Amino acid sequence: MFDRFLQWLESTPPAIAISESSWLFPGIESVHVLAIAMVVGSITMVDLRLLDINLRERPVGELIAEVLPWTWTSFAVAVCSGALLFSSNATKYWGTVPFRAKMVLLALAGINMLAYHATIHRSVDLWGRRPPTPRAAKISGGLSLGLWIGVVTLGRWIGFV
Amino acid sequence: MLDDFIHWLGATPVSQLIQKVFWIIPTVQAVHILAISVVLASMAMFDLRLLGLAGKRSSIASLSRRFMPWLWGALIVLAASGSILIVGEPKRSLGNLSFLLKMCMLATVIIVTLGFQAVLKRDLKGGSADLAPAHGSLAKITGLLSLSLWVGIAVAGRLIAYTG
Repeated sequence: MFDRFLQWLESTPPAIAISESSWLFPGIESVHVLAIAMVVGSITMVDLRLLDINLRERPVGELIAEVLPWTWTSFAVAVCSGALLFSSNATKYWGTVPFRAKMVLLALAGINMLAYHATIHRSVDLWGRRPPTPRAAKISGGLSLGLWIGVVTLGRWIGFV
Repeated sequence: MLDDFIHWLGATPVSQLIQKVFWIIPTVQAVHILAISVVLASMAMFDLRLLGLAGKRSSIASLSRRFMPWLWGALIVLAASGSILIVGEPKRSLGNLSFLLKMCMLATVIIVTLGFQAVLKRDLKGGSADLAPAHGSLAKITGLLSLSLWVGIAVAGRLIAYTG
């Protein structure tokens, strides 16, 4: 069932165009790398603040409100470009370990972020103005940093299998 | 000449080791990309401020103090990881048009950045609270140049895998 979905994906016009063109894949891949760099770079700023390492003079709530629109915009670009790259050779990518592991880490990073916003972030006005940040915030920031490093590493690894 | 050097470098024990151990290149590339994300995000914030498009509540001087150490720190990581990649695969990079283009853009953006930092430093020394208003258009040109060059560097870097 899912195999048939992957085959259908590979037969869509954009997927065929990408796999037949010599420059579409590198072009979209460049966009993908740029978008990921913006996602990871902006999230790292927040994570390092949650870990009390960087930007300590900035209130956490303010920093997150300022950075998050950039993160989400870049994330949307990364998802779209990634989906296009995936579609060009869906069956092959789906069968690789790094691809699956990357998707798992991506989901975990999303869950970690949701958990942070549903719990610790609700009281950000109480603890976020000046350091130190509470332990729960540090754990969330550390997890996020580790997960995103994993996502990038596995993403690069997909190209080697 | 260049071919001889590439050949010699590829035959050194260090290069042989990097080629033989399968996980070194992907791991070092991942580190390289992580450092690039630090540079791109920091410089996007700084350059957009120079262009007057974002972060206007902070002064250029304070954003410069905040982001420049990350730029130089990440550049050291990039130079180190990049060197490992060159030693491991000299043929893939040194004779590659995208690589040469990337290095030219890198040299240009470093000169532009150092030049702008020198102007900013002189303004602050001269008693100005931030970049002198007279240097407003210089800030815009610097922001535009720097942003385009960093995007170009990242793209050219990825294209090394495709060009010869």
